[in-house]
Amino acid sequence: MKLRTVAHARAGDKGNLVNISVFAYRDEDYAMLVERVTEERVNELFRELITGPVTRYCVPNLCGLNFVLQRRSTDSVTRSLRLDAHGKSLSSLMLSLEI
Amino acid sequence: MKKIRIGAGAGFSGDRIEPAVELAEKGHLDFLVFECLAERTIALSQLRKREDPDAGFDPLLSERMHAVLPACRHNEVRVVSNMGAANPRAAARVTAEIARSLGLHGLRVGCIEGDDVLHLKDAFRPFDDEPLPDHTKIISANAYLGADALAEVLDRGADVVLTGRVADPSLFLGVLIHAFGWQKEWWDLMSQGTAVGHLLECAGQLTGGYFADPGYKDVPDLDRLGFPLAEVSEDGSALLTKVEDSGGLITMQTCREQILYEVLNPSSYITPDVIADFTEIRFEQQTPGAMRVSGAKGRPRPRDYKVSIGMDDGLIAEGQISYAGPGTLARAELARQILEKRLAQIGAEDLRIDLIGLSSMHGMPADWPAPYEVRLRAAARFMHEMDAKRLTHEVESLYLNGPAAGAGVTFAVRENIAIVPALIARELVTPRISIEVA
Repeated sequence: MKLRTVAHARAGDKGNLVNISVFAYRDEDYAMLVERVTEERVNELFRELITGPVTRYCVPNLCGLNFVLQRRSTDSVTRSLRLDAHGKSLSSLMLSLEI
Repeated sequence: MKKIRIGAGAGFSGDRIEPAVELAEKGHLDFLVFECLAERTIALSQLRKREDPDAGFDPLLSERMHAVLPACRHNEVRVVSNMGAANPRAAARVTAEIARSLGLHGLRVGCIEGDDVLHLKDAFRPFDDEPLPDHTKIISANAYLGADALAEVLDRGADVVLTGRVADPSLFLGVLIHAFGWQKEWWDLMSQGTAVGHLLECAGQLTGGYFADPGYKDVPDLDRLGFPLAEVSEDGSALLTKVEDSGGLITMQTCREQILYEVLNPSSYITPDVIADFTEIRFEQQTPGAMRVSGAKGRPRPRDYKVSIGMDDGLIAEGQISYAGPGTLARAELARQILEKRLAQIGAEDLRIDLIGLSSMHGMPADWPAPYEVRLRAAARFMHEMDAKRLTHEVESLYLNGPAAGAGVTFAVRENIAIVPALIARELVTPRISIEVA
């Protein structure tokens, strides 16, 4: 099952950091997200796009997880040569995670 | 309990104007706030001001003011915006002229200056581990001011306020401080007001924009998306809604996505006014289409202001060409090899070649069927225009000298301004306010 089946997500940027928040559609699925959408799994999924470790913040009041990913210093919004300089499309990659 | 209604009229400089008019006419608002100033926008505005001392504010200022001021005056809605960009004083002057031309005499147009800290370069300190840029490359430097100066100019009776760099949520918090007389040390209220501002600052992103995913997250009438408004109570809690019958939706899902948008640590969202903690925030559905938000907690504001430095970052050149039909990928790959060999000779820094339609967003996907068409995109950074143009010439040359049936070349060279963050001691920065009467 893909994460997309049970969760929705949004990506935002701060310099060369990108945050991707992930929320359970049903509150009762939050515990499963905590268990299965780990820093390790996300790190593996994004490994070619990031430098450095992924940080996960658990936000139970929102039934959500907030991931912070670090990109190269030349991959900040205002410097990146990428078509998606912001990293706005990265929430879609997150939702492709097999859980 | 006292309540006020604040609408979000824009979430970026180029945002749609008619949702703001809809809010001004039908939102029963007290305030309408336009957030229009991205990080790089202010650096570009500084360059325009350098060439023309009367320029450097938001290019859509005049169009927006013409569109909303009549309804705002009629319905007693006060307007706040960072459309002043690099030149709030000129923006206020132009707005007062527009008000006069519309017959809105007596309108009080305030402005806040003092965010420009370019002359204080020597006092900048690094933000996190970011090295400070070489002084000779610095184009602009603006401190993110907080809510206090905005509250003060509203206290003095401004009907419209134009600012330069003010932290986005502070544009909303300043309104609340003014309306309710909150003290700046009431950290939980500062945080709750910041949460409301953060939810509203991207306008349509709270009401179903940047959200729809057909079959999973459906949004009605995105073509006439309504922008959000908050009915905020004196205790800081707020009802989030939009004009009845406008497009879009406000749900638990849109609220959750937006409260964490561009947030790193949810327990420490740092603004000039407060360190906000969103880990106890609560959303409840009040009625269909109206969500209540409460429960943000706050800690004392940081000692420093964050500064956004605009830095000359050379040139970025980009060129694209498409391939389609049988053998698409093989021909695009051949074009990539040709370009890599040709461009190796000009020493392009950080050359990227992507295949749009396959691997330009997330790298090469595993087990994905070959697309019918792809668009090759080459981009690189250069110091000199002559070198930058060689990249665009090389892509264009693929028409005659590259693989079969290459089509639709486009290219561009642009000067790039990069934004680097820094810190500056709060006491070195003095916001200045003034009011002009139309």
